[in-house]
This record gives sequence, C-alpha cells and structure tokens, in this order.
Amino acid sequence: MGIAERVKSIVVEQLGVDEEEVKTEASFTEDLGADSLDIVELVMAFEEEFGIEIPDEEAEKIATVRDAIDYIEAHKQEA
Amino acid sequence: MGFLTGKRVLITGIASDRSIAYGIAQAMHRKGAELAFTYQNDKLKSRVEKVAEELGSSIVIPCDVATDEQIAETFTQLKQHWDGLDSVVHAIAFAPKEQLEGSIVDNTTKEGSALAHDISAYSFLAMARYAKPMMEGRNGSLLALTYLGAVAAIPNYNVMGMAKASLEAGVRFMAADLGPQGIRVNAISAGPIRTLAASGITGFRKMLDHFAKNAPLRRNVTIEEVGNVAAFLCSDLASGITGEITYVDAGWNILGMSGLETA
Repeated sequence: MGIAERVKSIVVEQLGVDEEEVKTEASFTEDLGADSLDIVELVMAFEEEFGIEIPDEEAEKIATVRDAIDYIEAHKQEA
Repeated sequence: MGFLTGKRVLITGIASDRSIAYGIAQAMHRKGAELAFTYQNDKLKSRVEKVAEELGSSIVIPCDVATDEQIAETFTQLKQHWDGLDSVVHAIAFAPKEQLEGSIVDNTTKEGSALAHDISAYSFLAMARYAKPMMEGRNGSLLALTYLGAVAAIPNYNVMGMAKASLEAGVRFMAADLGPQGIRVNAISAGPIRTLAASGITGFRKMLDHFAKNAPLRRNVTIEEVGNVAAFLCSDLASGITGEITYVDAGWNILGMSGLETA
C-alpha cells in the first residue's frame, strides 16, 4: 500500500468516517468533523504508522489529507 | 467470576482508547466490576460515552475537578445511580504546556504551579472527601496515577513533578487518615505511555525509545499492564496494601545508572 492509501485508511479508522469521504483535498476539521483531540490522535497514529516524529508546530499546519500525505512523504524514514 | 465482581468503581480521566484510565476500566470490567465514568467537558463527553457503552455502563457524569462544588455535584449525581461505592480511580493531571519544557526555574509561573497542584494533587483529596460517605461499610479504595517525576528529576516534566510529589504525599496522608474506616489509598507509578496527555510533553517519543532500550525488561509498558495492577489494587486481593506507590514501569525505577550499553 502506498503512503496515500495508508494515510487514508488511518483517517477512516481514527475519525470513524466512510472511505469515500476521505478525499485528498478533505479538511480534517471542516469536512471530516474532527475536533482538536481527534487531530492529536490522528497525528499520533501517523507517527506510529510511519515511524516519524511530527513536531507540534508542524502538526498544526496539517489541515487536509493532502497536507498529511505531503508531510509524511517528505519526512518518512525508509526502514 | 472475576475478582472485582460486585465492586462499583468510578473512573475519571478517560479521553480516548489510549488513556491509561481506559486500560484500567477495561481490566476492571473484565474482572467483573460495575463501572461509572466522569468526563471533564462537553468535548470529551461523547468519547467517554462511547467507552462506557463498550464496557457495559450507562453512568456517565460530568466532573471538572477545578472546584469543590463540581466534585460534590458529581458524587450527588452518582448517588442517584448507586447507593454505595467501592473504588475511585483518579487519572487526572494538568499543567500549562509551556511549563512542561526547558528550565523549571525560568518557566514555572505562580499561576501555573498553583493550577498544576490543584488539578493534579488536591483534586484527589477532594474526591476522597465526597467519596468517603458512599464507601461506609464497604472495603473502599482510592487509586491515583503518578509518575517517577515525583521522586526524581526528569527532563521537561518540571512543575508536574512537583505536583506528583504532592499527590504521592497525599496518598500517604490519606491512607493514614482513612485507614481506620477501612478505606485504602494507593497509587500506580507507570512508565511513560503514549496518551493524549503525554503528547503535551516535549520530547516524549525520545523518552519512550530511551526507556525501551534501557529498562530492565527492555520495553515500554502498556495501558493493559497498568490496568491489571489497578484492578488488583482496588480488589480485596490487595486488602493489606495501603499508602503504597506501586511501580508498573518495566523495572526502570530500580536503576541507578542506565544507558551505558547504548551510549
């Protein structure tokens, strides 16, 4: 599975939304109904899945599914 | 039949399925306890309701420990559901995020310190005061969650370490005070666990890695492991234990020096 698919499946699981709703341009808070705690959990799940650390100031900039994919692609350490 | 069958336990401090309190609730449920839950604010309400439902409970009550009145109100509401109470699990702590990094001397404010102590330590005492009448004639027990920062200097933990020291002292004083009435008071000092609350601690992931490399068991601990010990401490199996800080930390606290192999 590519990074985009893995990110989307985490979003589906964490936010309890349908797969079809998780479009690349979707905003976590505006389109997918996430609150601030959901976002923290989502970031934690990304960190665990991809073995990266997303600092708070970077996490604040991750607003859409695309933001998450872009950040992870740029920072993922190949195991 | 589980060793908590017939026990009624009030669980505070659940924010998600990563919460230590969730691990405790799960373990207690498995051992037959009846559970009630509190939530701090509306944002957390639906999250706690979800957990309650999963664990067969319909008792979900607001409790913001910021004032005694609200704590009293929580127990007034609990009394409408239960005529008695066996245990309270206190899994509540707070310090302003900007005070959980850097220099404790430079960064700690009077207000931040007062708030950290109030929410993280005093509130346990206050809950005990209102829980006590409901524990009359039962083998009651109170359980708090603490951390090694209470007794040793841990990077960034800062004023929260002071608050946890206060909490641990409270455990001993409360145990002495409530012992004659048959109420036991204990705390679990868990190793670092990735919870929503821990996400507020600077460099937490590094801490987890370091811990896993150096703890005697060479790994981190889980909320399930803390939950199992919590279930034991609140059960009659632990009837002889009070005023105790029990470490669930893969043995970390017994080390005097670590990291030589990995340095």
